[in-house]
Amino acid sequence: MRRLSALLLALFLAAPAAAQDVIADLSQSRVSITARYSGLQILVFGAIRPGPAGVGVPYDVIVTVSGPLEPVTVRRKDRIAGIWINDAAVTIGSAPTLYKIATTAPLDQILSETEDLRHSVSIPRAIRAVGLTAAVKDAPAFTEALIRIRENEGLYQIHEGGVSLQEGTLFRTDIDLPSNLVEGNYHARILLTHNKQVVAEFDDVLGVQKVGMERWIYSLAQEQALAYGVLSLAIAIAAGWGASAAFRYVRGS
Amino acid sequence: MQIYLPIAEISVNAYLLLGLGGLVGVLSGMFGVGGGFLITPLLFFIGVPPVVAVATGANQIVASSFSAVLTHWRRKAVDIRMGVVLQVGGLIGSALGMVLFNYLKSLGQVDLLITLSYVVFLGAVGSLMFIESVVALRRSRKQSDAPRPQRRQRNWVHTWPLKMRFRTSGLYISVIPPIMVGMAVGVLAAIMGVGGGFIMVPAMIYILGMPTKVVIGTSLFQIILVAGFATLLHAVTNHTVDMVLAVLLLVGGVVGAQFGTQIGARLKAEQLRVLLATLVLLVCVKLAADLLIEPREVYSITTAGGPE
Repeated sequence: MRRLSALLLALFLAAPAAAQDVIADLSQSRVSITARYSGLQILVFGAIRPGPAGVGVPYDVIVTVSGPLEPVTVRRKDRIAGIWINDAAVTIGSAPTLYKIATTAPLDQILSETEDLRHSVSIPRAIRAVGLTAAVKDAPAFTEALIRIRENEGLYQIHEGGVSLQEGTLFRTDIDLPSNLVEGNYHARILLTHNKQVVAEFDDVLGVQKVGMERWIYSLAQEQALAYGVLSLAIAIAAGWGASAAFRYVRGS
Repeated sequence: MQIYLPIAEISVNAYLLLGLGGLVGVLSGMFGVGGGFLITPLLFFIGVPPVVAVATGANQIVASSFSAVLTHWRRKAVDIRMGVVLQVGGLIGSALGMVLFNYLKSLGQVDLLITLSYVVFLGAVGSLMFIESVVALRRSRKQSDAPRPQRRQRNWVHTWPLKMRFRTSGLYISVIPPIMVGMAVGVLAAIMGVGGGFIMVPAMIYILGMPTKVVIGTSLFQIILVAGFATLLHAVTNHTVDMVLAVLLLVGGVVGAQFGTQIGARLKAEQLRVLLATLVLLVCVKLAADLLIEPREVYSITTAGGPE
Protein backbone atom coordinates (compact mmCIF):
# COMPACT_ATOMS: atom_id res chain seq x y z
CA MET A 1 0.00 0.00 0.00
CA ARG A 2 2.96 2.29 0.58
CA ARG A 3 3.80 1.75 -3.02
CA LEU A 4 0.29 2.79 -4.01
CA SER A 5 0.35 5.98 -1.97
CA ALA A 6 3.75 6.94 -3.38
CA LEU A 7 2.30 6.32 -6.79
CA LEU A 8 -0.73 8.47 -6.11
CA LEU A 9 1.49 11.23 -4.81
CA ALA A 10 3.61 11.08 -7.94
CA LEU A 11 0.45 11.13 -10.00
CA PHE A 12 -0.98 14.26 -8.46
CA LEU A 13 2.34 16.08 -8.37
CA ALA A 14 2.93 15.32 -12.01
CA ALA A 15 -0.63 16.06 -12.97
CA PRO A 16 -0.34 19.56 -14.35
CA ALA A 17 2.52 18.75 -16.68
CA ALA A 18 1.82 15.21 -17.91
CA ALA A 19 -0.75 14.40 -20.53
CA GLN A 20 -1.00 10.95 -19.05
CA ASP A 21 -4.40 10.10 -17.68
CA VAL A 22 -3.67 6.72 -16.18
CA ILE A 23 -0.84 5.37 -14.08
CA ALA A 24 -0.45 1.85 -12.78
CA ASP A 25 1.92 -0.67 -11.29
CA LEU A 26 2.17 -4.41 -10.64
CA SER A 27 2.51 -5.99 -7.21
CA GLN A 28 5.83 -7.38 -8.42
CA SER A 29 7.93 -6.51 -11.45
CA ARG A 30 9.53 -9.94 -11.78
CA VAL A 31 8.51 -13.52 -11.22
CA SER A 32 11.12 -16.04 -10.11
CA ILE A 33 10.35 -19.64 -11.00
CA THR A 34 11.70 -21.98 -8.35
CA ALA A 35 11.10 -25.72 -7.96
CA ARG A 36 8.15 -24.95 -5.72
CA TYR A 37 6.49 -22.56 -8.18
CA SER A 38 2.91 -23.64 -8.88
CA GLY A 39 1.13 -20.58 -10.15
CA LEU A 40 0.94 -17.03 -8.86
CA GLN A 41 -1.43 -14.11 -8.56
CA ILE A 42 -0.29 -10.72 -9.75
CA LEU A 43 -2.04 -7.60 -8.53
CA VAL A 44 -2.38 -4.82 -11.09
CA PHE A 45 -3.42 -1.52 -9.57
CA GLY A 46 -3.44 2.14 -10.45
CA ALA A 47 -5.32 5.39 -10.65
CA ILE A 48 -7.02 7.58 -13.20
CA ARG A 49 -6.38 11.31 -13.19
CA PRO A 50 -9.52 13.29 -13.86
CA GLY A 51 -8.81 14.44 -17.39
CA PRO A 52 -9.80 17.47 -19.44
CA ALA A 53 -13.30 16.03 -19.70
CA GLY A 54 -13.73 16.79 -16.00
CA VAL A 55 -14.53 14.89 -12.85
CA GLY A 56 -17.32 12.38 -12.83
CA VAL A 57 -16.86 11.29 -16.42
CA PRO A 58 -17.44 7.52 -16.56
CA TYR A 59 -14.21 5.81 -17.54
CA ASP A 60 -13.64 2.11 -18.03
CA VAL A 61 -10.44 0.19 -17.53
CA ILE A 62 -9.08 -2.78 -19.49
CA VAL A 63 -6.07 -4.68 -18.20
CA THR A 64 -4.26 -7.16 -20.44
CA VAL A 65 -1.27 -9.38 -19.67
CA SER A 66 0.43 -11.00 -22.61
CA GLY A 67 3.16 -13.66 -22.63
CA PRO A 68 6.11 -13.94 -25.03
CA LEU A 69 5.13 -14.37 -28.69
CA GLU A 70 5.96 -17.55 -30.57
CA PRO A 71 4.88 -19.24 -33.79
CA VAL A 72 2.33 -22.02 -33.43
CA THR A 73 1.32 -24.78 -35.84
CA VAL A 74 -2.28 -25.90 -35.68
CA ARG A 75 -3.12 -29.28 -37.17
CA ARG A 76 -6.49 -30.76 -37.91
CA LYS A 77 -7.39 -34.42 -37.95
CA ASP A 78 -9.67 -35.53 -40.72
CA ARG A 79 -11.37 -38.80 -41.41
CA ILE A 80 -9.80 -40.41 -44.43
CA ALA A 81 -10.94 -43.90 -45.40
CA GLY A 82 -12.50 -44.33 -41.97
CA ILE A 83 -9.35 -43.39 -40.12
CA TRP A 84 -8.59 -40.21 -38.18
CA ILE A 85 -5.24 -38.71 -39.13
CA ASN A 86 -3.54 -35.33 -39.06
CA ASP A 87 -4.34 -33.72 -42.36
CA ALA A 88 -4.29 -29.97 -42.83
CA ALA A 89 -1.94 -27.68 -40.93
CA VAL A 90 -1.76 -23.91 -40.53
CA THR A 91 1.11 -21.94 -39.01
CA ILE A 92 0.16 -18.88 -37.03
CA GLY A 93 3.00 -16.40 -37.21
CA SER A 94 3.03 -15.23 -33.64
CA ALA A 95 0.73 -16.03 -30.77
CA PRO A 96 1.27 -15.14 -27.12
CA THR A 97 1.91 -18.10 -24.81
CA LEU A 98 -0.47 -16.44 -22.36
CA TYR A 99 -3.13 -13.78 -22.78
CA LYS A 100 -5.37 -12.54 -20.00
CA ILE A 101 -7.84 -9.67 -20.08
CA ALA A 102 -9.73 -8.14 -17.19
CA THR A 103 -12.22 -5.32 -17.67
CA THR A 104 -14.62 -3.21 -15.63
CA ALA A 105 -17.57 -4.08 -17.92
CA PRO A 106 -18.39 -6.37 -20.89
CA LEU A 107 -15.76 -5.68 -23.53
CA ASP A 108 -18.15 -4.90 -26.38
CA GLN A 109 -19.79 -2.17 -24.27
CA ILE A 110 -16.56 -0.33 -23.52
CA LEU A 111 -14.52 -0.78 -26.69
CA SER A 112 -15.50 -0.27 -30.32
CA GLU A 113 -14.54 -2.66 -33.09
CA THR A 114 -12.21 -0.10 -34.66
CA GLU A 115 -10.43 0.56 -31.40
CA ASP A 116 -10.12 -3.17 -30.80
CA LEU A 117 -8.54 -3.53 -34.22
CA ARG A 118 -6.15 -0.64 -33.59
CA HIS A 119 -5.01 -1.73 -30.14
CA SER A 120 -5.36 -5.53 -30.52
CA VAL A 121 -7.23 -5.96 -27.27
CA SER A 122 -9.66 -8.88 -27.55
CA ILE A 123 -8.30 -12.43 -27.73
CA PRO A 124 -8.91 -12.94 -31.47
CA ARG A 125 -7.31 -9.56 -32.26
CA ALA A 126 -4.32 -10.18 -30.02
CA ILE A 127 -3.47 -13.39 -31.86
CA ARG A 128 -2.01 -12.10 -35.01
CA ALA A 129 -2.58 -14.52 -37.84
CA VAL A 130 0.48 -13.37 -39.74
CA GLY A 131 1.49 -15.51 -42.68
CA LEU A 132 -1.44 -17.89 -42.62
CA THR A 133 -0.87 -20.60 -45.17
CA ALA A 134 -3.35 -19.82 -47.90
CA ALA A 135 -3.47 -23.46 -49.01
CA VAL A 136 -6.11 -24.16 -46.41
CA LYS A 137 -9.54 -22.77 -47.21
CA ASP A 138 -10.98 -22.36 -43.74
CA ALA A 139 -7.91 -20.78 -42.11
CA PRO A 140 -9.94 -18.80 -39.55
CA ALA A 141 -11.17 -22.10 -38.11
CA PHE A 142 -7.57 -22.86 -37.16
CA THR A 143 -7.14 -19.59 -35.30
CA GLU A 144 -10.41 -20.27 -33.50
CA ALA A 145 -9.17 -23.75 -32.61
CA LEU A 146 -5.97 -22.31 -31.15
CA ILE A 147 -7.98 -19.90 -29.01
CA ARG A 148 -10.39 -22.64 -27.95
CA ILE A 149 -7.61 -25.05 -26.94
CA ARG A 150 -5.70 -22.41 -25.02
CA GLU A 151 -8.87 -21.14 -23.35
CA ASN A 152 -9.56 -24.68 -22.14
CA GLU A 153 -6.03 -24.84 -20.78
CA GLY A 154 -6.60 -21.54 -18.98
CA LEU A 155 -3.86 -19.77 -20.94
CA TYR A 156 -6.19 -17.38 -22.72
CA GLN A 157 -8.83 -15.84 -20.51
CA ILE A 158 -11.15 -12.87 -20.42
CA HIS A 159 -12.65 -11.77 -17.13
CA GLU A 160 -15.27 -9.14 -17.79
CA GLY A 161 -15.96 -7.25 -14.61
CA GLY A 162 -12.68 -8.46 -13.11
CA VAL A 163 -11.37 -4.91 -12.64
CA SER A 164 -12.84 -3.08 -9.68
CA LEU A 165 -12.98 0.69 -9.99
CA GLN A 166 -13.44 2.81 -6.88
CA GLU A 167 -14.98 6.25 -7.13
CA GLY A 168 -13.97 6.43 -10.74
CA THR A 169 -10.33 6.83 -9.76
CA LEU A 170 -8.66 3.80 -8.17
CA PHE A 171 -8.71 0.47 -9.90
CA ARG A 172 -7.27 -2.95 -9.19
CA THR A 173 -7.45 -6.49 -10.51
CA ASP A 174 -5.82 -9.85 -9.82
CA ILE A 175 -4.29 -11.74 -12.73
CA ASP A 176 -3.66 -15.46 -12.24
CA LEU A 177 -0.44 -16.81 -13.72
CA PRO A 178 -0.74 -20.54 -14.49
CA SER A 179 1.56 -23.31 -13.24
CA ASN A 180 2.89 -23.96 -16.76
CA LEU A 181 4.45 -20.51 -17.10
CA VAL A 182 7.23 -20.08 -19.67
CA GLU A 183 10.20 -17.76 -19.31
CA GLY A 184 10.32 -14.37 -20.97
CA ASN A 185 9.02 -10.83 -20.78
CA TYR A 186 5.32 -10.47 -20.13
CA HIS A 187 3.66 -7.23 -21.14
CA ALA A 188 0.98 -5.67 -19.00
CA ARG A 189 -1.22 -3.04 -20.62
CA ILE A 190 -3.74 -0.80 -18.95
CA LEU A 191 -6.18 0.90 -21.31
CA LEU A 192 -8.52 3.65 -20.25
CA THR A 193 -11.65 3.92 -22.37
CA HIS A 194 -14.41 6.47 -22.64
CA ASN A 195 -17.32 6.25 -25.08
CA LYS A 196 -15.76 3.05 -26.48
CA GLN A 197 -12.59 4.99 -27.37
CA VAL A 198 -9.17 4.40 -25.86
CA VAL A 199 -8.19 7.68 -24.21
CA ALA A 200 -5.04 6.60 -22.39
CA GLU A 201 -2.66 3.67 -22.29
CA PHE A 202 -0.05 2.51 -19.81
CA ASP A 203 2.51 -0.25 -20.35
CA ASP A 204 4.58 -2.25 -17.94
CA VAL A 205 6.86 -5.27 -18.22
CA LEU A 206 6.84 -8.33 -16.02
CA GLY A 207 10.04 -10.39 -16.26
CA VAL A 208 9.63 -14.14 -15.70
CA GLN A 209 12.80 -16.10 -15.04
CA LYS A 210 13.85 -19.44 -13.64
CA VAL A 211 16.14 -19.19 -10.62
CA GLY A 212 18.21 -21.51 -8.43
CA MET A 213 18.18 -25.19 -9.35
CA GLU A 214 15.70 -24.65 -12.18
CA ARG A 215 18.04 -22.09 -13.74
CA TRP A 216 21.07 -24.31 -13.26
CA ILE A 217 19.49 -27.39 -14.84
CA TYR A 218 18.05 -25.42 -17.73
CA SER A 219 21.37 -23.72 -18.53
CA LEU A 220 23.29 -26.98 -18.28
CA ALA A 221 20.85 -28.70 -20.65
CA GLN A 222 21.22 -25.88 -23.17
CA GLU A 223 24.93 -25.09 -22.94
CA GLN A 224 26.57 -28.36 -21.86
CA ALA A 225 24.24 -30.77 -23.62
CA LEU A 226 26.61 -33.73 -23.71
CA ALA A 227 27.63 -33.40 -20.06
CA TYR A 228 23.97 -33.04 -19.17
CA GLY A 229 23.05 -36.20 -21.09
CA VAL A 230 25.88 -38.17 -19.48
CA LEU A 231 24.87 -36.88 -16.06
CA SER A 232 21.25 -37.93 -16.67
CA LEU A 233 22.40 -41.42 -17.63
CA ALA A 234 24.71 -41.62 -14.61
CA ILE A 235 21.80 -40.75 -12.33
CA ALA A 236 19.68 -43.42 -14.00
CA ILE A 237 22.35 -46.12 -13.67
CA ALA A 238 23.15 -45.16 -10.07
CA ALA A 239 19.46 -45.21 -9.11
CA GLY A 240 18.97 -48.57 -10.82
CA TRP A 241 21.95 -50.06 -9.03
CA GLY A 242 20.98 -48.47 -5.72
CA ALA A 243 17.47 -49.92 -5.79
CA SER A 244 18.74 -53.36 -6.73
CA ALA A 245 21.35 -53.31 -3.95
CA ALA A 246 18.86 -51.99 -1.39
CA PHE A 247 16.31 -54.69 -2.19
CA ARG A 248 18.95 -57.37 -2.01
CA TYR A 249 20.03 -56.09 1.39
CA VAL A 250 16.45 -56.00 2.69
CA ARG A 251 15.78 -59.53 1.49
CA GLY A 252 19.13 -60.80 2.73
CA SER A 253 18.74 -59.53 6.26
CA MET B 1 3.47 -31.73 -3.53
CA GLN B 2 3.79 -29.59 -6.63
CA ILE B 3 7.15 -29.24 -8.35
CA TYR B 4 8.12 -27.12 -11.35
CA LEU B 5 9.94 -29.00 -14.10
CA PRO B 6 12.71 -26.83 -15.59
CA ILE B 7 12.69 -28.24 -19.15
CA ALA B 8 9.03 -29.21 -19.52
CA GLU B 9 8.13 -25.77 -18.06
CA ILE B 10 5.17 -27.02 -16.12
CA SER B 11 4.34 -27.59 -12.48
CA VAL B 12 3.15 -31.13 -11.67
CA ASN B 13 2.38 -33.32 -8.67
CA ALA B 14 5.55 -35.16 -7.57
CA TYR B 15 3.69 -38.15 -6.07
CA LEU B 16 1.79 -38.69 -9.30
CA LEU B 17 5.11 -38.98 -11.14
CA LEU B 18 6.51 -41.41 -8.55
CA GLY B 19 3.46 -43.64 -9.00
CA LEU B 20 3.65 -43.43 -12.77
CA GLY B 21 7.33 -44.41 -12.74
CA GLY B 22 6.57 -47.27 -10.37
CA LEU B 23 3.85 -48.69 -12.62
CA VAL B 24 6.14 -48.70 -15.65
CA GLY B 25 8.94 -50.18 -13.55
CA VAL B 26 6.79 -53.16 -12.55
CA LEU B 27 6.00 -53.92 -16.19
CA SER B 28 9.65 -53.55 -17.10
CA GLY B 29 10.80 -56.00 -14.42
CA MET B 30 8.08 -58.52 -15.22
CA PHE B 31 8.14 -58.61 -18.99
CA GLY B 32 11.41 -57.10 -20.09
CA VAL B 33 9.71 -54.31 -22.00
CA GLY B 34 10.91 -50.73 -21.66
CA GLY B 35 7.50 -49.22 -21.17
CA GLY B 36 8.00 -46.27 -23.50
CA PHE B 37 4.67 -47.10 -25.12
CA LEU B 38 3.01 -46.38 -21.78
CA ILE B 39 5.04 -43.59 -20.23
CA THR B 40 5.04 -41.25 -23.23
CA PRO B 41 1.24 -40.97 -23.60
CA LEU B 42 0.76 -40.80 -19.81
CA LEU B 43 3.22 -37.91 -19.50
CA PHE B 44 1.58 -36.23 -22.46
CA PHE B 45 -1.74 -36.63 -20.69
CA ILE B 46 -0.57 -34.74 -17.59
CA GLY B 47 0.63 -31.87 -19.77
CA VAL B 48 4.31 -32.60 -20.46
CA PRO B 49 5.20 -31.59 -24.06
CA PRO B 50 5.54 -34.71 -26.28
CA VAL B 51 9.23 -34.16 -27.15
CA VAL B 52 10.15 -33.86 -23.48
CA ALA B 53 8.02 -36.91 -22.67
CA VAL B 54 9.80 -39.07 -25.26
CA ALA B 55 13.31 -37.98 -24.27
CA THR B 56 12.78 -38.15 -20.52
CA GLY B 57 10.91 -41.44 -20.82
CA ALA B 58 14.03 -42.94 -22.42
CA ASN B 59 16.08 -41.80 -19.44
CA GLN B 60 13.67 -43.39 -16.97
CA ILE B 61 13.68 -46.63 -18.98
CA VAL B 62 17.48 -46.85 -18.58
CA ALA B 63 17.06 -46.65 -14.80
CA SER B 64 14.24 -49.19 -14.36
CA SER B 65 15.77 -51.61 -16.88
CA PHE B 66 19.14 -51.40 -15.13
CA SER B 67 17.50 -52.00 -11.77
CA ALA B 68 15.69 -55.07 -13.13
CA VAL B 69 18.58 -56.46 -15.18
CA LEU B 70 20.83 -56.69 -12.11
CA THR B 71 18.33 -59.02 -10.44
CA HIS B 72 18.02 -61.13 -13.59
CA TRP B 73 21.81 -61.11 -13.85
CA ARG B 74 22.17 -62.68 -10.41
CA ARG B 75 19.74 -65.40 -11.48
CA LYS B 76 21.95 -66.02 -14.53
CA ALA B 77 19.03 -65.07 -16.76
CA VAL B 78 20.83 -62.59 -19.00
CA ASP B 79 22.39 -63.85 -22.21
CA ILE B 80 25.01 -61.15 -22.78
CA ARG B 81 26.33 -62.74 -25.96
CA MET B 82 22.85 -62.92 -27.47
CA GLY B 83 22.17 -59.36 -26.31
CA VAL B 84 25.28 -58.07 -28.05
CA VAL B 85 24.48 -59.94 -31.29
CA LEU B 86 20.93 -58.53 -31.23
CA GLN B 87 22.37 -55.09 -30.56
CA VAL B 88 24.66 -55.29 -33.60
CA GLY B 89 21.61 -56.06 -35.70
CA GLY B 90 19.69 -53.34 -33.91
CA LEU B 91 22.23 -50.65 -34.77
CA ILE B 92 22.19 -51.59 -38.46
CA GLY B 93 18.39 -51.69 -38.30
CA SER B 94 18.12 -48.25 -36.68
CA ALA B 95 20.32 -46.72 -39.38
CA LEU B 96 18.24 -48.41 -42.10
CA GLY B 97 15.07 -47.35 -40.32
CA MET B 98 16.16 -43.71 -40.31
CA VAL B 99 16.83 -43.82 -44.06
CA LEU B 100 13.51 -45.55 -44.66
CA PHE B 101 11.68 -43.10 -42.41
CA ASN B 102 13.05 -40.06 -44.24
CA TYR B 103 12.22 -41.65 -47.59
CA LEU B 104 8.64 -42.40 -46.51
CA LYS B 105 8.36 -38.89 -45.10
CA SER B 106 9.30 -37.40 -48.47
CA LEU B 107 6.43 -39.38 -50.00
CA GLY B 108 4.02 -37.82 -47.48
CA GLN B 109 1.25 -39.41 -45.44
CA VAL B 110 3.72 -41.71 -43.72
CA ASP B 111 2.20 -41.60 -40.22
CA LEU B 112 -0.88 -43.44 -41.36
CA LEU B 113 1.04 -46.25 -42.99
CA ILE B 114 3.25 -46.72 -39.95
CA THR B 115 0.46 -46.68 -37.39
CA LEU B 116 -1.64 -49.04 -39.48
CA SER B 117 1.16 -51.54 -39.90
CA TYR B 118 1.92 -51.27 -36.20
CA VAL B 119 -1.67 -52.05 -35.29
CA VAL B 120 -1.73 -55.04 -37.63
CA PHE B 121 1.66 -56.22 -36.37
CA LEU B 122 0.86 -55.92 -32.68
CA GLY B 123 -2.56 -57.45 -33.21
CA ALA B 124 -1.10 -60.48 -35.00
CA VAL B 125 1.79 -61.00 -32.57
CA GLY B 126 -0.46 -60.49 -29.55
CA SER B 127 -3.19 -62.87 -30.73
CA LEU B 128 -0.79 -65.65 -31.75
CA MET B 129 1.09 -65.36 -28.50
CA PHE B 130 -2.11 -65.32 -26.49
CA ILE B 131 -3.46 -68.47 -28.17
CA GLU B 132 -0.14 -70.28 -27.94
CA SER B 133 0.38 -69.54 -24.26
CA VAL B 134 -3.21 -70.35 -23.27
CA VAL B 135 -2.90 -73.72 -25.00
CA ALA B 136 0.46 -74.31 -23.29
CA LEU B 137 -1.01 -73.30 -19.95
CA ARG B 138 -3.91 -75.77 -20.34
CA ARG B 139 -1.58 -78.56 -21.37
CA SER B 140 0.70 -78.01 -18.38
CA ARG B 141 -2.31 -78.02 -16.07
CA LYS B 142 -3.60 -81.33 -17.43
CA GLN B 143 -0.36 -83.16 -16.92
CA SER B 144 0.74 -81.34 -13.80
CA ASP B 145 2.19 -84.48 -12.22
CA ALA B 146 4.33 -85.64 -15.10
CA PRO B 147 7.36 -83.39 -15.75
CA ARG B 148 6.76 -81.61 -19.01
CA PRO B 149 9.25 -82.60 -21.71
CA GLN B 150 11.72 -79.85 -22.55
CA ARG B 151 10.45 -77.90 -25.50
CA ARG B 152 13.15 -78.39 -28.11
CA GLN B 153 12.20 -76.43 -31.15
CA ARG B 154 13.93 -77.33 -34.37
CA ASN B 155 12.95 -74.32 -36.45
CA TRP B 156 14.21 -73.41 -39.87
CA VAL B 157 16.60 -71.04 -38.12
CA HIS B 158 18.53 -73.94 -36.64
CA THR B 159 19.87 -75.10 -39.96
CA TRP B 160 21.77 -71.97 -40.98
CA PRO B 161 25.57 -71.55 -41.08
CA LEU B 162 27.83 -69.38 -38.85
CA LYS B 163 26.73 -71.19 -35.72
CA MET B 164 27.48 -69.81 -32.31
CA ARG B 165 26.88 -71.24 -28.85
CA PHE B 166 24.62 -69.18 -26.58
CA ARG B 167 25.23 -70.95 -23.30
CA THR B 168 22.78 -69.03 -21.10
CA SER B 169 19.95 -69.62 -23.55
CA GLY B 170 21.03 -73.21 -24.14
CA LEU B 171 21.13 -72.61 -27.89
CA TYR B 172 23.58 -73.48 -30.62
CA ILE B 173 22.35 -71.57 -33.63
CA SER B 174 23.51 -69.40 -36.50
CA VAL B 175 24.13 -65.70 -35.69
CA ILE B 176 22.17 -64.68 -38.77
CA PRO B 177 18.65 -65.01 -37.26
CA PRO B 178 19.45 -62.96 -34.11
CA ILE B 179 21.06 -60.27 -36.25
CA MET B 180 18.00 -60.23 -38.50
CA VAL B 181 15.64 -60.04 -35.53
CA GLY B 182 17.74 -57.19 -34.10
CA MET B 183 17.64 -55.41 -37.45
CA ALA B 184 13.89 -55.77 -37.84
CA VAL B 185 13.31 -54.40 -34.36
CA GLY B 186 15.82 -51.61 -35.00
CA VAL B 187 13.96 -50.56 -38.15
CA LEU B 188 10.63 -50.54 -36.31
CA ALA B 189 12.10 -48.73 -33.32
CA ALA B 190 13.55 -46.00 -35.53
CA ILE B 191 10.27 -45.52 -37.37
CA MET B 192 7.91 -45.82 -34.42
CA GLY B 193 10.11 -44.09 -31.87
CA VAL B 194 9.71 -46.92 -29.37
CA GLY B 195 12.30 -49.23 -27.81
CA GLY B 196 10.88 -52.30 -29.49
CA GLY B 197 10.78 -54.56 -26.41
CA PHE B 198 7.28 -55.60 -27.40
CA ILE B 199 8.43 -57.07 -30.65
CA MET B 200 11.82 -58.23 -29.38
CA VAL B 201 10.41 -60.38 -26.58
CA PRO B 202 8.01 -62.48 -28.72
CA ALA B 203 10.64 -62.71 -31.49
CA MET B 204 13.21 -64.13 -29.08
CA ILE B 205 10.70 -66.64 -27.73
CA TYR B 206 9.17 -67.84 -30.96
CA ILE B 207 11.76 -67.26 -33.68
CA LEU B 208 14.98 -67.87 -31.75
CA GLY B 209 13.44 -70.40 -29.35
CA MET B 210 15.00 -68.87 -26.24
CA PRO B 211 13.59 -69.80 -22.80
CA THR B 212 11.08 -67.17 -21.57
CA LYS B 213 13.00 -66.41 -18.34
CA VAL B 214 16.23 -65.67 -20.20
CA VAL B 215 14.38 -63.59 -22.78
CA ILE B 216 13.28 -61.01 -20.17
CA GLY B 217 16.77 -60.38 -18.81
CA THR B 218 18.31 -60.29 -22.28
CA SER B 219 15.66 -57.93 -23.60
CA LEU B 220 16.28 -55.59 -20.65
CA PHE B 221 20.02 -55.68 -21.30
CA GLN B 222 19.56 -54.62 -24.88
CA ILE B 223 16.93 -52.00 -24.00
CA ILE B 224 19.41 -50.27 -21.66
CA LEU B 225 21.77 -49.72 -24.59
CA VAL B 226 19.03 -48.52 -26.94
CA ALA B 227 17.38 -46.21 -24.38
CA GLY B 228 20.72 -44.88 -23.15
CA PHE B 229 21.73 -43.97 -26.67
CA ALA B 230 18.34 -42.36 -27.29
CA THR B 231 18.66 -40.29 -24.10
CA LEU B 232 22.06 -38.95 -25.14
CA LEU B 233 20.84 -38.19 -28.64
CA HIS B 234 17.79 -36.28 -27.37
CA ALA B 235 19.88 -34.41 -24.79
CA VAL B 236 22.45 -33.29 -27.36
CA THR B 237 20.22 -32.48 -30.33
CA ASN B 238 16.92 -31.31 -28.80
CA HIS B 239 17.84 -30.42 -25.18
CA THR B 240 14.60 -32.10 -24.13
CA VAL B 241 15.65 -34.42 -21.28
CA ASP B 242 14.12 -33.05 -18.09
CA MET B 243 16.37 -34.11 -15.22
CA VAL B 244 13.88 -33.28 -12.48
CA LEU B 245 11.11 -35.19 -14.24
CA ALA B 246 13.48 -38.10 -14.90
CA VAL B 247 14.58 -38.34 -11.26
CA LEU B 248 10.98 -38.42 -10.01
CA LEU B 249 10.03 -41.08 -12.56
CA LEU B 250 13.08 -43.22 -12.04
CA VAL B 251 12.88 -43.28 -8.25
CA GLY B 252 9.45 -44.85 -8.71
CA GLY B 253 10.71 -46.91 -11.65
CA VAL B 254 13.69 -48.62 -10.00
CA VAL B 255 11.58 -49.65 -7.00
CA GLY B 256 8.77 -50.85 -9.25
CA ALA B 257 11.23 -52.86 -11.34
CA GLN B 258 12.34 -54.76 -8.24
CA PHE B 259 8.77 -55.73 -7.46
CA GLY B 260 8.25 -56.61 -11.11
CA THR B 261 11.12 -59.10 -11.15
CA GLN B 262 9.79 -60.66 -7.92
CA ILE B 263 6.33 -61.12 -9.43
CA GLY B 264 7.85 -62.45 -12.64
CA ALA B 265 9.96 -65.02 -10.78
CA ARG B 266 6.85 -66.44 -9.12
CA LEU B 267 4.90 -66.87 -12.32
CA LYS B 268 5.18 -69.74 -14.79
CA ALA B 269 6.62 -68.95 -18.21
CA GLU B 270 3.21 -69.62 -19.80
CA GLN B 271 1.46 -67.30 -17.38
CA LEU B 272 3.97 -64.57 -18.13
CA ARG B 273 3.39 -65.02 -21.84
CA VAL B 274 -0.40 -64.81 -21.42
CA LEU B 275 -0.05 -61.56 -19.49
CA LEU B 276 2.40 -60.08 -21.98
CA ALA B 277 0.12 -61.09 -24.86
CA THR B 278 -2.78 -59.34 -23.10
CA LEU B 279 -0.67 -56.21 -22.73
CA VAL B 280 0.33 -56.28 -26.40
CA LEU B 281 -3.31 -56.64 -27.40
CA LEU B 282 -4.34 -53.75 -25.12
CA VAL B 283 -1.76 -51.45 -26.73
CA CYS B 284 -3.00 -52.58 -30.14
CA VAL B 285 -6.63 -51.83 -29.23
CA LYS B 286 -5.63 -48.43 -27.86
CA LEU B 287 -3.81 -47.51 -31.09
CA ALA B 288 -6.70 -48.75 -33.21
CA ALA B 289 -9.19 -46.78 -31.11
CA ASP B 290 -7.16 -43.58 -31.66
CA LEU B 291 -7.47 -44.13 -35.38
CA LEU B 292 -11.12 -45.13 -35.52
CA ILE B 293 -12.92 -43.05 -32.89
CA GLU B 294 -13.61 -39.42 -33.66
CA PRO B 295 -11.38 -37.30 -31.41
CA ARG B 296 -13.14 -34.82 -29.13
CA GLU B 297 -10.85 -32.06 -30.40
CA VAL B 298 -9.81 -32.57 -33.99
CA TYR B 299 -7.32 -29.70 -33.81
CA SER B 300 -3.99 -29.91 -32.04
CA ILE B 301 -1.29 -27.29 -31.57
CA THR B 302 2.48 -27.54 -31.63
CA THR B 303 4.86 -24.71 -30.83
CA ALA B 304 8.28 -24.05 -32.32
CA GLY B 305 9.97 -26.06 -29.59
CA GLY B 306 7.49 -28.87 -30.09
CA PRO B 307 7.62 -31.99 -32.26
CA GLU B 308 8.44 -31.90 -35.99
